[in-house]
This record gives sequence, C-alpha cells and structure tokens, in this order.
Amino acid sequence: MPGRAWKFGDDVDTDVIIPARYLNVSEPEELARHCMEDADPQFAREVRPGDVIVAGKNFGCGSSREHAPLAIKACGVACVVAATFARIFYRNAFNVGLPILECPEAAERVAAGDVLEIDLAGGLIRNLTKGEEYRARPVPDFMREIVAAGGLVPFVARRLAERRRA
Amino acid sequence: MGMTVTEKILSAASGRERVEPGELVWCRVDLVLANDITAPVAIREFERMGADRPFDSERVALVPDHFTPNKDIRSAEQARVVREFARRHALPYYFEVGRMGIEHCLLPEQGLVGPGEVIVGADSHTCTYGALGAFATGVGSTDLAAAMALGEIWLRVPPSCKFVYHGTPGPWIGGKDLILYTIGQIGVDGALYRAMEFAGPVINNLSMDGRFTMCNMAVEAGAKNGIIAPDGRTLDYVRGRAKRPWRVFTSDPDASYERVYEFDVTDLEPQVALPHSPANVRPVSRAAGIEIDQVVIGSCTNGRLEDLRVAARILKGRTVHPRVRLIVIPGTQEVYLRALEEGLIAAFVEAGGAVSTPTCGPCLGGHMGVLARGERAVATTNRNFVGRMGHPESEVYLAGPAVAAASAVAGYIAPPEEVA
Repeated sequence: MPGRAWKFGDDVDTDVIIPARYLNVSEPEELARHCMEDADPQFAREVRPGDVIVAGKNFGCGSSREHAPLAIKACGVACVVAATFARIFYRNAFNVGLPILECPEAAERVAAGDVLEIDLAGGLIRNLTKGEEYRARPVPDFMREIVAAGGLVPFVARRLAERRRA
Repeated sequence: MGMTVTEKILSAASGRERVEPGELVWCRVDLVLANDITAPVAIREFERMGADRPFDSERVALVPDHFTPNKDIRSAEQARVVREFARRHALPYYFEVGRMGIEHCLLPEQGLVGPGEVIVGADSHTCTYGALGAFATGVGSTDLAAAMALGEIWLRVPPSCKFVYHGTPGPWIGGKDLILYTIGQIGVDGALYRAMEFAGPVINNLSMDGRFTMCNMAVEAGAKNGIIAPDGRTLDYVRGRAKRPWRVFTSDPDASYERVYEFDVTDLEPQVALPHSPANVRPVSRAAGIEIDQVVIGSCTNGRLEDLRVAARILKGRTVHPRVRLIVIPGTQEVYLRALEEGLIAAFVEAGGAVSTPTCGPCLGGHMGVLARGERAVATTNRNFVGRMGHPESEVYLAGPAVAAASAVAGYIAPPEEVA
C-alpha cells in the first residue's frame, strides 16, 4: 500500500518524537496524539495509516524511551526510512514491531509528500512520484531471526519455555 | 592482537576467549535497571513474555526518580506499577522516595555496579557506570524485560575509539567541560554504535565524580558505552561499597582502536553547549552575556558531591541575580546529607536558591522547574534538545557546575572567574 512521505532532518531525537511531558502514560494510542509535536505540530493530526517517515542521520537519538517507536507505530506509520539510526532506537523499533529501513539514498532523494511504496522483505523503497527505486542496507541476520520469531517477546517466551523443559 | 577493556568484559560475559568488533554475542548481565517511566512498559512486556519472576531478585534495581515525588495522578499510577512489581517479587533494590536518588548517582554509591560487570538499564544514561570500568549501556523497555527474564542479553561488540587527554587543565575545568568539548569535536553521532574509551594523564587525575560525568554523556555522541579502565582511584571508590565481587579489566597495549583522538586541554576554557544540540559547543567566553531566567544544578550528569562543592564555592556569600531562579538538586539522599554537613545547602539557600529532594524532574521537562515559552536556562544536565526542559520555544544551555553557579549570580552566562 503506497503512502506519503513525511520528511525530517538529521538527529531527530526521542524528546521531539514524544516529549517527556507526555510520558506519564504508556498507552500507545495516547502517545500517538503527541507524536513529533515539537518538530511538526500538524503531524499527529494529518498523518494517515501507511504514511512513511523519511529522515536524515542518527534518527531517534537521545533518551531510551520505547514510547518513541510505540508512538510512531500507533500513528499508523508504515515504516521509518533514515540515513542512519541511533542504536537504542534501532533495537527498540525491532522490539515493538515498527518497520525501519536504513537508506542514505532515500534520505537524500525523497521529498515531503512523495508517494512511496515499501517492500520490507526485499529492502526496497519505490518512489512512485519520482519514478525511482532505492535499496536499503540489509537487516543483520540475527535481527531477522527475531522478526521471524514474531518479535522479541515471543522469542524470549520460547527461550523461557525451553529452559523450563531442560 | 590484544583486546580493549570493552572487548575483554564482553568476552568474559559471553564465555569466550575473545570477541571481535561487529560480532553478536549473548552476554550474562550482572544487573538490570529501570525507572518509573521505563519500568511500567518493561513490566508489561515481561508479563507478556510469560516470565514468572526476574532471573535473580538481587540483580534488579528499580528506581522511581523521573516524575517522583509523584508530580500528578498519572505519574503516581505509573510509580505504583513499579512499587507493586517490586513487592510482588520481593526485590531488595527498589528505592522509595526519601531513600532514593537519581539512578545513575545512586547505584554506584550503593555498590550495585562494579568493575568488569555488564549492566543494562532502561535509561540511556546507564553508560555512566563505565566510569567504574564496567560495560554499561542503555536499552529500551522490551530489551530490559528480556534481560530481566533471561539474565542475558544479545549485544553487538562495538568497535572502540580512544580519547586521550593531555596537559594541565585550569582550576574550573571538570569532567563536564572535557566531555562537552569532546562531543563538540566529534558531533552527536561521532561515536555512533562505538565504545568511547577515555584515557591519558588528565583522566588519571580526574576525580570519580568527574569520570561519572564523562561516561554519562557518551550517549550524547551516539556511543554504546563510555568506559575508563579501573585504577587505584576506582578501587578506592569501590572498596567498602561493592555488594558483589568485581573484576578489573584493562586494555592491552596492542589493542586495536578504530580511531584515537588526542586532546591537549591545558588552555581549555569551561565549555557551554548552546541550543539545541549537545554538540553545539563553545568556550564560555563565546557564550558570555546571554541573559538567563533559570539555573539548574543537579541531574545524573552533575548531581554529585563534588559538583555541589564547586557550585557552593562560587555561591557562598553571594546572591542569586534577582531575575534568576536557582534550583539545586542533590543526586542522592547521601549526597544531600553530606552537602548539609559541609554547609553547602546553607550556602545555596542563603544565596536565594531552591533545594529539592533528588529527582530527574527539570532535566527532562517533567516537573520542579519547567520552562515557559521564550525562557532560557543554564543547566548542568545532559540534553538541550527542543522542548527538553519545557516549552518548545524555551532554551537550555549545558554547562558544568562552575559556569552554572557563576551564571546564577551574574544573571547571564558568565565564566566562573568573573564572579568568584
């Protein structure tokens, strides 16, 4: 399903993704109402399911708050594409099931409002507006294992069950 | 080929002879940590994992420090989730208001982290404990839940970068100035996914409190961990506190570094990070004169006894500028008591400052000093992102306690020697 691109710059920090003043709750739907509020107050109101966030380097830097990928996911964002990700955000996104792709070329070429189609399994980003295609960096094998298990929660549940049997 | 201190800790924790940067390893963890914002999410995920109990009740630390003492009803509910979990599992290291501290000041002080250990915390500033020669890194709540259930975590071995400091720093220079300067040089992603190893004669002479400050802000350069190999000073600090046996690892002379940075800090001025990035760093003389509304001295970065001593040296016998609100927050109850005994608290109150029980409060714009639109603060905290301390149009200038205290007196950003 194609979605529109929302464009952000470098070093988007988790305080901007979800300001701490809203962290007295942890329900994703409540967090989503304030997602990206300090960078673009329109975002939370106008984002549509299937839209894509495209940003520069070091996306998700700062606080370890998992509320950041939870808020983005609950907005209906289909994927975050960035030139690079901060490391805690990268892990958190996988753990909460928010699709992310690392792709410096897309970060450079995509403009706000471009219509994108994401092929997660193939790591491909198609820009239907510009008629271009960008290939994302491959996901590390081990992360694929976690995704294949359905996320970290079922992965750990399975390990715990194995231990109980052992 | 030798190994770095980070690689040695991760090899020991994963039961291997050696590890290489880039390798994925499962490591046993010596302690897991969460706070009142991150623990409720971790507890929810922990239960979804079907875990009955933490892997070891003595290796879980829960510190409600962000929105405590409870700032509103919703925060109170979050704090209650953490408290009830701690009771249910009889966790000895749950720290209640009145007996607690800011997590990264508290755990080293309580001897809950030690050299050679692997610590993961659902808080990005968990990297603080690298000052003790531990491998310590921040994770999200679900990773924390997994570590709390399994007693282990998967980690990618980071390449190490070494930062060597030479020279004789000036009298007002502390760990904060060294780390701000470093982040200013390499940028907020200058050490992305890397280990930042701090070394050299200046580090050897740096106090433990200064070392905690440096490792604390490694994450502001994108690092996975900051680390300083243990020396006599480290062991003096650890002895008599440590609740578990520790192990000293140091880097081999032929260890391999992705990059080595050498800095001469003899003429380094106190440093200030301007809005809205911890890498937007200038010498204080190039930020001097900017009028301010608030000064915050405290946080997991600079809420330790030495920080309060430096601030009191400047504030004692002087008064806070009429336009400025000074808020001082000792990092732990023990720091608070010692500061009381040493007369530091009296100096702050007599100068016209407010002193608070330990809390992260204003650092993240939670409570105890939130900024209004257009207001400016000098803070000894760690982040000056848009909206970090309150209104999205407010501004935070990061500095060490000397510049913060001098600015509180002057009413504008001021070098310490202008006031003291």
